[in-house]
Amino acid sequence: MATTEADFRTTLQDWLPKLVLAPSFAVTLLFVYGFILFTVVLSFTGSKMLPKYDWVGFENYQKLFALPAWNTAIVNIAIFATLYIVICTLIGLMLAIFLDQKIRGEGVLRPIYLYPMALSFIVTGTAWKWFLDPGIGLEKIMHLWGWESFSFTWIKDGEMALYTIVIAAVWQTSGFVMAMFLAGLRGIDNEILKAAQIDGASNWQLYRRIVIPLLRPAFLSAFVILSHLAIKSYDLVIALTGGGPGRATEMPATFMYSYTFTRNQMGIGASSAVIMLMTIAAIMVPYLYAELKEKKA
Amino acid sequence: MSAVTQDTAVSTGRATRAFLYLVLILFALFYLLPLYVMGVNSLKPLPEITGGNMMALPQTWTLDPWRSAWSTAQIGVEPTGLKPYFLNSILMVVPAVAISTIVGALNGYVLTKWRFRGDTWVFGLMLFSCFIPFQIVLIPMAVVLGKLGLAGSVPGLILVHVVYGIGFTTLYFRNYYASFPTELIRAAQIDGAGFFRIFWRILLPVSGPIAVVSVIWQFTNIWNDFLFGVSFGGTSQPMTVALNNLVQSSTGVKEYNVHFAGAILAALPTLFVYIVAGRYFVRGLMAGSVKG
Repeated sequence: MATTEADFRTTLQDWLPKLVLAPSFAVTLLFVYGFILFTVVLSFTGSKMLPKYDWVGFENYQKLFALPAWNTAIVNIAIFATLYIVICTLIGLMLAIFLDQKIRGEGVLRPIYLYPMALSFIVTGTAWKWFLDPGIGLEKIMHLWGWESFSFTWIKDGEMALYTIVIAAVWQTSGFVMAMFLAGLRGIDNEILKAAQIDGASNWQLYRRIVIPLLRPAFLSAFVILSHLAIKSYDLVIALTGGGPGRATEMPATFMYSYTFTRNQMGIGASSAVIMLMTIAAIMVPYLYAELKEKKA
Repeated sequence: MSAVTQDTAVSTGRATRAFLYLVLILFALFYLLPLYVMGVNSLKPLPEITGGNMMALPQTWTLDPWRSAWSTAQIGVEPTGLKPYFLNSILMVVPAVAISTIVGALNGYVLTKWRFRGDTWVFGLMLFSCFIPFQIVLIPMAVVLGKLGLAGSVPGLILVHVVYGIGFTTLYFRNYYASFPTELIRAAQIDGAGFFRIFWRILLPVSGPIAVVSVIWQFTNIWNDFLFGVSFGGTSQPMTVALNNLVQSSTGVKEYNVHFAGAILAALPTLFVYIVAGRYFVRGLMAGSVKG
């Protein structure tokens, strides 16, 4: 009797870790991978307002890529993501390198750079929407300060509105990128730098040849996080421009939402979501795979 | 300058340092600008914004925009102000953060100290779920929440946020516990300590910093979420959705001062958390996610 009880307790201890992990894993399988499968299936059906299961093959995808709104969305996300990632990385790297020079007041500056990351994109959007509004914001401020010819109407201009989203998004996340680079910089062994200096390397060479290559992991993390934020960007567009003027700032995320829930074209909405997922997966899967493999080794 | 020990072993001249400070201060002003604009304009009567300079301090200081944003402003069709939505957000965020952090801690513990065949795959599948565009789950989630009778309710939103939050919390705790010596766990095991006892007595006491990171991350993400809120909020919409409705409403005069007050109200909880515990943010980045 005593042995069976002990056996039971040992068996329980063996199974306990898996039992603890099981609910999370089951939830992930169902709510992530099951749901992905469900959306993929829907993208091959003629669903309109509610899910229907009539197989239509690739019809939704053909319709999707024939839609001007979707093509606008793709061009927009490409421009937005490129500018957003490049500018955030440059600003983040520059601020991190500057801050790393024994700057007095680093403790004050760093939190100022980082705080926008704590705000909702809706708050950011609201602030920039009115600040960039020509009627009350920047343009008017400049006029009142005596610069009568100053004109800044990007947010009302179909050609330029996309760039206001870049401004607000960079404002929000560049401090976060700075923190990632700063962490990377602080992890670099000073002895390497001192040795290079003794060899006569200038500051510029020091950074270009030694420091920046050593920051490779931080660059990769920044790229992955920023590209994933860019493709998901929905809130900021809604708050800042609402996708307008007209369709000028339509993005895949806003397209998916409006086609699925307001235009009742669920099949097309699902197919656009599948394209978004595939794009992100193409970036994330190799990255995560490499990271996990490295850990194992 | 050579007398000063440089963090980076890089020495800079006087002119270069002046330039560094100039750039750093200009960027600080850039980051502070929207906060300043929201702050001063939320304390002005409306005509001072429409007829005056947005950058100027208020001539007449007033708290009316704040009162209006909190309790009387028109949100959608109801003149309720943001108050009820603020409460919705609190009711949603507290349980969601607590549950996802506790679950993440246990998962991280299992994945590092009780490894089994295929654990990397399990973790990999959970990790990828952090990065999916949520558009891919919106339609099935709407169907499932409807079936469960949780559509448009706070418990429904809690469920959604826990489900899509545990990937991140697991990541944090896994990376943090990975550097904790496994020999100590084995030693405790030999001394007869069980699964939960080891967690409770050995790992939990050292988990403070990563728990703070996880809580900050989850709190910020869930409080700031808009997509799930607008999709599944129904009559229990969170603060972000209400703020958007307030700002985008096309009827009547645009009360910019009320919009700004509302935006600060929506930002206050996460700003507060950030100010109180923000230094853990950078520390957490170094401890966990950069090498994630």
